[in-house]
Amino acid sequence: MSNEIAKFQDPGLPEHVHRKSDVDPKAADRAERQVAVLFVLSALSTVLAIYSYIFIPDDRFFFLPIMGDTNAHQLGLGLGMAFALLFIGLGLVHWAKTLMPDTEVIAERHEFRSPDEDRAEFVSTVKTQAGAAGLGRRSLIKRTLGLALGISALTPLVLLRDLGPLPKKELEKTSWKKGTRLVTDPGNRPIRPEDLEVGAVAQVLPELVEGQERTLADIGKDAVLLIRLRPSEFQLDAERLSWTHDGIIAFSKICSHMGCAVALYEQQTKHLLCPCHQSTFDVTRAAKVIFGPSARPLPQLAITVDNDGYLVAQQPFTESVGPSYWERSS
Amino acid sequence: MKKTERIAGNVAGYVDDRTGAAKWLRKNLTKVFPDHWSFMLGEIVLYSFIILLLSGTFLTFWFDPSQRDVIYQGSYEPLKNIEMSASYASTLHISFDVRGGLLMRQIHHWAALIFMAGMIAHLMRIFFTGAFRKPREANWLIGVGLVTLGIVEGFLGYSLPDDLLSGTGIRIAEAIIQALPVVGSYLAFFAFGGAFPGHVFIPRIYTVHVLLLPGIFLALITVHLMLVWYQKHTQYPGPGRTEKNVVGYPLMPIYMAKAGGFFFIVFGVTAFLGAVASINPIWLYGPYNPGQISAGSQPDFYMGWLDGLVRMAPPIETHAFGHTISWNILIPGLIVPGILFTLMALYPFIESWMTGDKSEHHLLDRPRNNPNRTAIGAMSLSFILVVLINGGNDIIATHFALTINQIMWFTRIGVLVIPPLVFVITKRICLSLQRADREKVLHGRETGRLVMLPHGEFIEVHEELTPAQKFTLTQHEQREALDVPATDSNGVLNPQGLKGKIRARFSQAHVEQVAAPTQTEAKALESGHH
Repeated sequence: MSNEIAKFQDPGLPEHVHRKSDVDPKAADRAERQVAVLFVLSALSTVLAIYSYIFIPDDRFFFLPIMGDTNAHQLGLGLGMAFALLFIGLGLVHWAKTLMPDTEVIAERHEFRSPDEDRAEFVSTVKTQAGAAGLGRRSLIKRTLGLALGISALTPLVLLRDLGPLPKKELEKTSWKKGTRLVTDPGNRPIRPEDLEVGAVAQVLPELVEGQERTLADIGKDAVLLIRLRPSEFQLDAERLSWTHDGIIAFSKICSHMGCAVALYEQQTKHLLCPCHQSTFDVTRAAKVIFGPSARPLPQLAITVDNDGYLVAQQPFTESVGPSYWERSS
Repeated sequence: MKKTERIAGNVAGYVDDRTGAAKWLRKNLTKVFPDHWSFMLGEIVLYSFIILLLSGTFLTFWFDPSQRDVIYQGSYEPLKNIEMSASYASTLHISFDVRGGLLMRQIHHWAALIFMAGMIAHLMRIFFTGAFRKPREANWLIGVGLVTLGIVEGFLGYSLPDDLLSGTGIRIAEAIIQALPVVGSYLAFFAFGGAFPGHVFIPRIYTVHVLLLPGIFLALITVHLMLVWYQKHTQYPGPGRTEKNVVGYPLMPIYMAKAGGFFFIVFGVTAFLGAVASINPIWLYGPYNPGQISAGSQPDFYMGWLDGLVRMAPPIETHAFGHTISWNILIPGLIVPGILFTLMALYPFIESWMTGDKSEHHLLDRPRNNPNRTAIGAMSLSFILVVLINGGNDIIATHFALTINQIMWFTRIGVLVIPPLVFVITKRICLSLQRADREKVLHGRETGRLVMLPHGEFIEVHEELTPAQKFTLTQHEQREALDVPATDSNGVLNPQGLKGKIRARFSQAHVEQVAAPTQTEAKALESGHH
């Protein structure tokens, strides 16, 4: 007896089992009829789709359980199209499964590896051809070609230069200046402190100078959130407290993390929350980050009132608003 | 019949006279493809790509990829007279004033989700069955490339309508570009033609979305399929199936009908979803305005894991020498995804290095028979799942009455703890399943039928497996761990150094397995019984 370990043997492909439709002509006819019915259903569905497109007005709604108020035009067109496609597919598959030959076939795989002599010949061909071109010997050609190819890739890069202007100091600047009035958004009306009750929030923008238009890029840097608390609720140093006015504090609304609008204010906890990544800022402590991925507080805008009693900025923002970037200094 | 045959013959003759295609076609029309449901996952991806091309072309007839300001005058009352970009207005026009427009938009969006989900499922199938092994590494790389581009293509696509939700997504993308050290703000200004959001970004990504990326997709998919064709499909192990053959059905007529039919089924299901399931109702979000946002802002699911990573990042920035580096953006937004996708792309080469396996494979692995690989896959999935949960933390918080803080801390800790746990558990499960296979082969299948013997003892009847089943459960190759030579021929200690040690350790981990039962063992057992 040998000590050779025998694995279980491959019994080979199992014998082919005939389907009902292979042996019974009646079953085959039945399968043919089933396939035909599926194709007819598809054709009918196309009729439904075209009928819906032309004859059902697109403002007619009706109630369907689960779906609620449903547009009849859209539903008829969509379902018609869906079932037209679906029944073609089901018909084809049913046809293949019941009537087409289902005997498994064995195909041999060919080996990918070329015979050794072909491989050797390939290598020698490459060697002789490359040698004939002098690639190995004439290194000056190789190096200068490399240089030329490498440097030519710079052209497309240079050509892209005019995609946009240089950032210069753009990211640092906003439209807020000393004495700029705070105006409501929407509405562009100046605000007095008494317009805001304690606990209220308002989104404001800098007042437009005559003839100036507000772009989305301006809003993306200028948007400011006003929040009114009781002055006693602040825990600020003297400087930051002097930036508030009568319990009203102003922060950049553009998140210091990735620039989303920090729009969720929890009145009870006095937290500002960014809906994008949940950075949470404590309003009473100059928007200090108390949770989430943001690494910096929201920049605070120093505000006061002008001679007419309207809220104005004391000075521009003292730091860049919005997300960080390489050139940002703090 | 006679007449059609003659015409067909003439056409074929005409073509063959000019191309000599008859020989190639004769061989390839009867090309054999193996049958398995999991081989249809890739088909779903291919078909949804075609659906995307068709429905996308329809949408371009009305979509106006421009950020110039317009006043909306269409039939959707709530937004009438509101200022918005032309791309948002034209998307509203497609949704409300083009018959079938909303249907096509929804089909396009659903098809995009199916495209991505199908790619991920297909990728998992390839991974867990080891189909990426030699000679198919190149196709694995192409696949990883397609998934990566798919994420970008999907993001650009849902960004086009310029609604409040997608504009917020672009805002985040801009912040990631801006966070790149040294060149960030320059690249951002070039991409957006100035300060965010500018007026050029939508038209630019439109070209990328409808021309550049689909072109690359088409080229990559073509190569992907040609390689599948040329290298022939892998097959699952079983009786009659070897490394040297393909067992299945011929392309004509079976696969033409089945695959063709399946295209219509996928299209039909997508159209059904487009008809009944609302998706991305942009009219509810309003036009984009950087000063506004809606609560519960969520990206599409294939971006969710990235968003989850960004959300859980610790708040770290470095400020030095007048410069800022935002680790809280760079690590979750670029570094971690970069490492993950690089490792995924290189996995076939890593595995072959670990196991020293340089041979060709055409028979697929059952996942349990390669516990280490299966555990690595499950571990990676659990990582993605944990960060994906965090990507939806605001939605989960409101639906399950939790706080965002609880979910954030659970996932921050979980993302480090859960994947290793999943690795260990999956590996143990695989080994247990191997043990169960062994038990079944040697002692038969439990039938659940209890029999009382004459002397009163109860036994459960075990039914012997068929030879085909026994073969299927035991045919796999069980590799042995790589040896590290302690000394080389000159007597130098451990010639491969640390690298060799690490490799040997990996190799050991990779071959941990329960010995597959053999005929010899079965015989020995049988003779012992009698």
